[in-house]
Amino acid sequence: MKLTLKVWRQNGPRSAGHFETHEMPEVSPDMSFLEMIDVLNERLIDESKEPIAFDHDCREGICGSCSMMINGIPHGPERGTATCQLHMRKFTDGDHITVEPWRARSFPIIKDLAVDRSALDRIVEAGGYITAPTGSARDANEILVPKEAADAAMDAAACIGCGACVAACPNGAAQLFTAAKYNHLSLLPQGQPERFARATAMVDEMERWFGSCTNYGECETACPKEISIDFIALLNRDYVRAQFKNRKLSGQKA
Amino acid sequence: MSNIALDSKIPAGPIEDKWNNHKFSVKLVNPANRRKFRVVVVGSGLAGASAAATLGELGYHVQLLSFHDSPRRAHSIAAQGGINAAKNYRNDGDSVKRLFYDTIKGGDFRAREANVHRLAEVSVNIIDQCVAQGVPFAREYGGLLDNRSFGGAQVSRTFYARGQTGQQLLLGAYQALARQVHLGNVELHHRTEMLDLVVQDGVARGLVARDLITGEIRSFSGHAVVLATGGYGNVFYLSTNAKASNVTAAWRAHKQGALMANPCYTQIHPTCIPASDEFQSKLTLMSESLRNDGRIWVPKEFDDQRPIDQIPEEERDYYLERLYPSFGNLAPRDIASRAAKRAVDSGRGVGPLKNGVYLDFSEAIGRLGAPVIEERYGNLFQMYERITGEDPYKQPMRIYPAVHYTMGGLWVDYNLMSNVPGLYVLGEANFSDHGANRLGASALMQGLADGYFVLPATISDYLAPQLGQAPIPTDDPLFQAAEAAVRDRTNQLLSIKGTHSVDWFHRELGKIMWDNCGMERSAESLDKALSEIPALREQFWSDVRVLGDGGSFNQSLEKAGRVADFLEFGEELVLDARRREESCGGHFRVEYQTEEGEAERNDDEYAFVGAWEWNGEGNEPTLHREPLVYENVHFATRSYK
Repeated sequence: MKLTLKVWRQNGPRSAGHFETHEMPEVSPDMSFLEMIDVLNERLIDESKEPIAFDHDCREGICGSCSMMINGIPHGPERGTATCQLHMRKFTDGDHITVEPWRARSFPIIKDLAVDRSALDRIVEAGGYITAPTGSARDANEILVPKEAADAAMDAAACIGCGACVAACPNGAAQLFTAAKYNHLSLLPQGQPERFARATAMVDEMERWFGSCTNYGECETACPKEISIDFIALLNRDYVRAQFKNRKLSGQKA
Repeated sequence: MSNIALDSKIPAGPIEDKWNNHKFSVKLVNPANRRKFRVVVVGSGLAGASAAATLGELGYHVQLLSFHDSPRRAHSIAAQGGINAAKNYRNDGDSVKRLFYDTIKGGDFRAREANVHRLAEVSVNIIDQCVAQGVPFAREYGGLLDNRSFGGAQVSRTFYARGQTGQQLLLGAYQALARQVHLGNVELHHRTEMLDLVVQDGVARGLVARDLITGEIRSFSGHAVVLATGGYGNVFYLSTNAKASNVTAAWRAHKQGALMANPCYTQIHPTCIPASDEFQSKLTLMSESLRNDGRIWVPKEFDDQRPIDQIPEEERDYYLERLYPSFGNLAPRDIASRAAKRAVDSGRGVGPLKNGVYLDFSEAIGRLGAPVIEERYGNLFQMYERITGEDPYKQPMRIYPAVHYTMGGLWVDYNLMSNVPGLYVLGEANFSDHGANRLGASALMQGLADGYFVLPATISDYLAPQLGQAPIPTDDPLFQAAEAAVRDRTNQLLSIKGTHSVDWFHRELGKIMWDNCGMERSAESLDKALSEIPALREQFWSDVRVLGDGGSFNQSLEKAGRVADFLEFGEELVLDARRREESCGGHFRVEYQTEEGEAERNDDEYAFVGAWEWNGEGNEPTLHREPLVYENVHFATRSYK
């Protein structure tokens, strides 16, 4: 098929950016979206023009590196799919496709379509863990975890940390990411001792870097792992409870 | 030529006691003194993240380098199936001894006994550790951990978290790491790529790295350097590895004196989605479990053009069922892979490019009904349809083998230290535990064993005597010279301004490697590769086109450095395959096979670890041999009849 690509080019975080238009005369429907960019990059190199910078790695939808706004939608038109798993057969001959980087103040542009998402790491560092130094664990089966709890924790833990939720949010909030990371741990028995400290630490750190959530719900639609917005409700509830919780007594009632 | 003596430092005593005795015999560093030691860790996958987190918890000062934008992106994240541990929660006869035995046998008797036994011992602690961290493993309704079975074992010892076990284990290690970053014990340097190892008087002193965003070349100095930089499957260009996975850190260390062991041991996975066109950038693995219900076939006719439904049953060749009646479609990975290759090479391949074989579920759907198949494989069918646009409920999947894991790597002793004092190598980057073939669900186990339990217990033995010695400052001429060399190389790559892109060279190298040193190797094909690779390398250094500059984010430049190293490493891999005149595990030489086409080992002459020493460009590397001594397991032929 024949496509027209409008791609965002920007040399660095402080330079001005612009759109560049490229005709793609022979796109195979079996190509992935990133393979199409590969082909374009090969052509640019042939023409002695610098290739388009973009983040990608596993190309299996699990590492969370890829990060493109395709026609204004994070990861493009197919629901529950990261850019690397999006294939060109989802487009039609003659389509014009706009490709932009994640646009959020907390994700400064490094170059072209590559952005710096390290603010997400800061949220995890602030409290997105269970304190369990190596060697201190007891036998794994001594902790019983109801299957339903393990499954729900796994639903949250499926987050790949790509940042699509931030890119989709009109406020640039990272609430869905934070909620996924938070609930993965706090739904499990192992996560109870630090639960309310974790809620405060993660949310406060998030607010330092990102906008605030006002329940638009765009994040859930954009999430390539289809993580439920319900996790945001659970996080918000715990965040409020954490403000009243006497942590010295929190072991007595969960 | 040097006089390197390969001392594996395997402790004396019965195999069950070696690790415990060894832990007692190593020198320790007192907790108050640990912060005086600096350790530089490269790589943030399972091995690197778990090592950095644990060393940080112990109180050492750790600097962690990752070329990713976040430590959580390392390729361990893509592992699907699970992680083995000898817990015997199923009461089906598992034990440390059995996991040890299965791993030695699965590795086709080319792994070190003592290392493998230790791996089996600590496997149980890994599961405990991961559960304590909150890894959401699959559970039974009673709240206990669930297990599944995996290839190469007759017990159910594999723990899993849906099809995302690698992701969940890596997140566990990453979260432990994040805590140490927060506490200030670990300094995290993301988007920072190691480009050379710095060695003084034969001892590792630190490394030189490039900040991938600014292009700044800077040094990291430490009392010890730990490489956890993964495998080299991308030397074949197309593999199931992530795009950025590369051999550079290991290869740079090799050129500074570290030995490279058994590079010819590469694992091919039989069930991947075949390439769809010449633009294919990587291959996607489909879980091996599909072979439980899928039947593999190709048309009997050569170049059969008929649509699938017009090929009558009697004109289909279910070749695995025909050749291996007792194992059928569940024949081991290497056998199934080679059989697929022969079917395609004979001109009976299927699909638009004739580069696959069918994996057909119609019989299973007819017998069990589509809902049962969906329950078992729904997510895999969905993934297949997303990639190929074909519905596997209605037409057979097309599959073909692909490079997937590499057993070879830098040589290490029992302490996981290379022959260069102060340089440790963990995970897929070292050679030690899988012999010539890795069993499913054992890669995650090894990465975490090395990082959580082995390195933290052995590194103090090396560090303790250095108490009171500061690391060499990075403005020392030693580091300045190393930085200058890295800058020169970067400038050289940028100044060639040739005609072909880096990817073009990578694809060409991949073709040479796959055609001549892939699933089947012969003296002839290997000699061919040995003549073609140097020519391609020469062309690379005169004709590669790397645009942009070295002082900013430049992905072509990053790739160019990695491909340049693959062009050297590939030759050594082929040489290793040429010299190993036997077939074992993932290394199949057509000259050495039984009448039935099985791998034929030569234990009398080749029961050794082949460790190569770099002798400078243009010189053939030297092969050092570490004999493999089996005191507990006896040589046997792998049988699946």
